[in-house]
Amino acid sequence: MNKPAIDVAYVAELARLELTDEEKAVFQPQLEDIVRYVEKISSVDVEGVPPTMHGREIVNALREDEVRPSMPREDALSNAPARTGDEFMLPKIVEGAES
Amino acid sequence: MNELCKLGIKEARAGLAKGDFTSVELMQSVIDRYHAENGRIGAYLTFDEEGALAEAKANPMGVPLAIKDLINVKGQPCTCGSKILRGYTSTYDATVIKGIRAHGFVPAGRVNMDEFAMGSSTENSALGRTVNPYDVTRVPGGSSGGSAAAVGGDLCIAALGTDTGGSIRQPASFCNCVGLKPSYGRVSRFGVTAFASSLDQVGPLTKSVEDAALLLQALAGHDEMDGTTPREPVPDYSAALESATLKGVKIGLPKEYYIDGLDPEVKRITEEAIKKCADAGAELVEVSLPHTDYAMAVYYVVAPAEASANLARFDGVRYGHRSERSDNVFNLYARSRAEGFGPEVKRRIIMGTYVLSSGYYDAYYGRASKVRTLIRRDFENVFTKVDALLTPVVPTPAFKMGAVQDPITMYLNDLFTIPGSLAGNCSISVPAGFTKATDDAPPLPVGVQFICDAFREDRLLGISRAFEQIERGE
Repeated sequence: MNKPAIDVAYVAELARLELTDEEKAVFQPQLEDIVRYVEKISSVDVEGVPPTMHGREIVNALREDEVRPSMPREDALSNAPARTGDEFMLPKIVEGAES
Repeated sequence: MNELCKLGIKEARAGLAKGDFTSVELMQSVIDRYHAENGRIGAYLTFDEEGALAEAKANPMGVPLAIKDLINVKGQPCTCGSKILRGYTSTYDATVIKGIRAHGFVPAGRVNMDEFAMGSSTENSALGRTVNPYDVTRVPGGSSGGSAAAVGGDLCIAALGTDTGGSIRQPASFCNCVGLKPSYGRVSRFGVTAFASSLDQVGPLTKSVEDAALLLQALAGHDEMDGTTPREPVPDYSAALESATLKGVKIGLPKEYYIDGLDPEVKRITEEAIKKCADAGAELVEVSLPHTDYAMAVYYVVAPAEASANLARFDGVRYGHRSERSDNVFNLYARSRAEGFGPEVKRRIIMGTYVLSSGYYDAYYGRASKVRTLIRRDFENVFTKVDALLTPVVPTPAFKMGAVQDPITMYLNDLFTIPGSLAGNCSISVPAGFTKATDDAPPLPVGVQFICDAFREDRLLGISRAFEQIERGE
């Protein structure tokens, strides 16, 4: 059987997940095994079969569009790793800009 | 220490109503048991004793419930068994918490789980070790392992768990509890940390089928905060148990579930359960769910795909762990997540990202979603012929801590619980007996699974109650 095409280091980067070299070495063969396992679905004839993307199909589950109070600002900020005043504080994210 | 913690919901309510004891004494009994036993069993991660006692005092009919640590209760921690949420305090109540309070329950401590509900042994918790109360060298199952150990070890009256691919039913089987996974949409997921949103359901782990009915009553129903809960009426589940019988009930035995790899003791106990149902007048027929063999593969595409999207919210910005090495935006995300998540969560995020990524989506996620339709149709088809299905819950009894290292071997625990989850129907694990003791193991509990069509929890509970009555000689 062909070696699955998963490149763990690359996909982890897409997933915004820094991996150590040890993790890459462990996860690469494990994920190849998992990908190989799930490839058994490729043998099923799904011609003309619609996908099931939800646990149960419900159309237009809408409530009245009325204004309601939202979570108080203080609550929303209460678990912030860092804050400044009424805002979340972040490291500098504009790369290459002078600070 | 008194024995009140050993009661179920029904007995506890009767005792409270008669004035045999107070809700505070009942909660205190659970707390005393927690102090005496949690060091050995490890069911709870945290327990706000003062808060629980105060709430019990304010609610004279209040019955304590252990809460899986991914269901938000305002002012309490909600770690999901993960380092990334250590120190987090919930800012609102999940809808199910409002429901249980309105139905005479009081949240007790917070119980352990596999990190973000990913696992089948609770060994993936980053925050604590939970063992099986029937043999402390063995796992309690997972991911709702803390819930099952708390109920099975009498560290609580009952518990809430969640089930995505078997996470209520498998630990219930391992710890001698009743564990019900409601139909998809029956119970609100608002305020319940999402793992795989098209599969997750909250459900009860209890000491009897009657208790499962009482607790489901508090959970079920439409919630305007969760658009996946239909406005289907909620039956009186306890009333559905009053005339519980197996006489004339058509029970299907899906041939794909009676496999060679079944543990001999699980096989014996399941066969005995089939015989008990037949002796009680049920009509047993062999049926086929032809796409069963693909269910595990579908699940390990769909669930990680949804998880990878759901867990993108852990970015170190608004809540949860932030890496001190966040020197730019990429590292803020990648390092906070690297430090916060454990190995199984990382594997599933990578798997999920892969199956959704450009060039692979059609072959994996797209195709898996279509095969899921075929699995769902298998069940729809079979439920035109039978009232319920009877199957094993797990291929084995509880295994030793550390015994399963390979991810795929661990995934196989959910072989019999995953297909129903993908189809969205309701299912339950009911205690069915114990294995014979060996040199290596005391008698270990084993459950059987009943599965009914979506939104037929009334029927599911009735059949389960009739089986339980035979099992207990009532």
